[in-house]
Amino acid sequence: MAVIPFILLVIASFSDNQWVMANGISFFPKEWSTSAYAYILNEWGTIGRAYLMTIIVTVIGTVLSVLLTTTLAYALTDKSLPGVKILSFLCIFTMLFNGGIVASFYVWVNVFNIRNTIWALIFPNLMMNAFNIILVKNYYNSSIPDSLKEAARIDGAGEIRIFTQIVFPLSKPIIATIGLMTAIAYWNDWTNGLYYLTERNGSQYYTIQLVLNTINENISFLASHAGQSGAISVADIPSTTVRMAIAVVGVIPILIAYPFFQKYFVKGITLGGVKE
Amino acid sequence: MKTKKKTKIRWKRYLPIYLIALPGLIYLFCNNYLPMFGIIIAFKDLNFREGIFGSEWCGFDNFEFLFRSDTAWTIIRNTVLYNIAFIILGTIIAVAFAIFLNEIRNKFASRTYQTLILLPYLIGWVIVSYLVYAFLSADTGLINKSILEPLGLHPINWYSDTKYWPFILIFVYIWKSCGYSMIIYFASIVGISQDYYEAARIDGATKWQQIKSITLPLLKPTVITMFILSVGRIFNSDFGLFYLVPRNSGVLYSVTQTIDVYVYNALMQNSDYGMSSAASVFQSIVGFALVIIANMIIRKTNKESALF
Repeated sequence: MAVIPFILLVIASFSDNQWVMANGISFFPKEWSTSAYAYILNEWGTIGRAYLMTIIVTVIGTVLSVLLTTTLAYALTDKSLPGVKILSFLCIFTMLFNGGIVASFYVWVNVFNIRNTIWALIFPNLMMNAFNIILVKNYYNSSIPDSLKEAARIDGAGEIRIFTQIVFPLSKPIIATIGLMTAIAYWNDWTNGLYYLTERNGSQYYTIQLVLNTINENISFLASHAGQSGAISVADIPSTTVRMAIAVVGVIPILIAYPFFQKYFVKGITLGGVKE
Repeated sequence: MKTKKKTKIRWKRYLPIYLIALPGLIYLFCNNYLPMFGIIIAFKDLNFREGIFGSEWCGFDNFEFLFRSDTAWTIIRNTVLYNIAFIILGTIIAVAFAIFLNEIRNKFASRTYQTLILLPYLIGWVIVSYLVYAFLSADTGLINKSILEPLGLHPINWYSDTKYWPFILIFVYIWKSCGYSMIIYFASIVGISQDYYEAARIDGATKWQQIKSITLPLLKPTVITMFILSVGRIFNSDFGLFYLVPRNSGVLYSVTQTIDVYVYNALMQNSDYGMSSAASVFQSIVGFALVIIANMIIRKTNKESALF
């Protein structure tokens, strides 16, 4: 049940477009073809760029996210820190209440001016959330004994050294968990692009998901953005199968990351616990 | 003198921790707390030249406009009813799968099964909408071309007929999300001590009795926690599911438009700050109230399961 649609997607991408137009997408196409993939390679200008953009956004976003989450969680574990209760409350409160979509759109666009920049894909919403902070904090509390930190303190290590040399290296499993979850969220994200990039001025930052979403309505997006292909008319694009082929290309990295994800995901849930 | 020295030492010890926490706090401030002040947009007649603070106050006019329209009723009904269906069906199916998975003794089969069922959860909505389209497209879809036509039935225009969509959306949602909640339930079933089952077997309890009197009661705290979390989000909806999967088809709005889709369309297509901010503020305030109420009820009945 869970995989059947993916098999159909792959088969559709290898079907002959004419045949599909006449007979519909099928598990058993009579005519196979790789023309959709040939087309993608031909138009690699647009798709390769989108691919590269997706990778850049995912990497920057995930690295920043892991840094912010682990550092803030570290501060929350120190029970003697003056004001630590207030800090915890500030984190948890963001899970309960938010300003809503319109307010955060207004803030990101009018205060930080990120519209039609690459930061539009990185900053809003995805970078850090209270759920991950709690997950990491619980991991620190259960797996890194206070005595270890105390011993380092007696040896004269500062907090920054304790964090970078003891706590951070010891928390690899939870970092892998939240890192993978964040990376997948960035890879799959399309809403930030929808809100903060306009097709006219922001399409150079389109990720693979945004390209897919755009050609869903308008396959000519591919043609109009590829340099030399002005000669190919829109009618010549094997539209149905190309869409499916780009979707396949967009899904492959997830399938590759998947075995790692599964290992750490199940572990992360059991380690951190769903509960505060 | 002594206290002064002590404060100095304390500063030396704690200042670095504050510094470590600072970047994260700044992000929370920008991304979560600044928008909270943005709520006042809903009470203003927003004028871009003047900015938020220069614009005129208009009290509850935006809300009045919103709730006078028929759309308000439709989007709230859609959001809430779909969520109720998701919570009930989603929980039952995920718990059933988790129990079933726990009964599989073959390690390899159990692993494979876990792997396969979690896969849809990781796939983005854009791709999911493509998958759905491959099945439902009117001219090239699998269902019309390979199932209905050979059977001599009329092809169905899926993307313009409202009556199928409640089922399609519920099906797609469960297909995508059930793996995730199943893993959470499965993790807590695995955590149940084998001694209970041992004792039950010695007393001659059947499999069904074991499930009914051991697994389900011990699973209750997890189910309740997940339940509060979903009730708190009952006014939220998955934008991808309701926007992308029906391909934002206007004909289907009466059964597919939820608060989030409405806010997007009002804000981005019509630049209607008044209506969209009223809807989104309504959403976050009611959501907040619901979490607090749900948590209070849970705390009264079963203290350990409460979230805070």
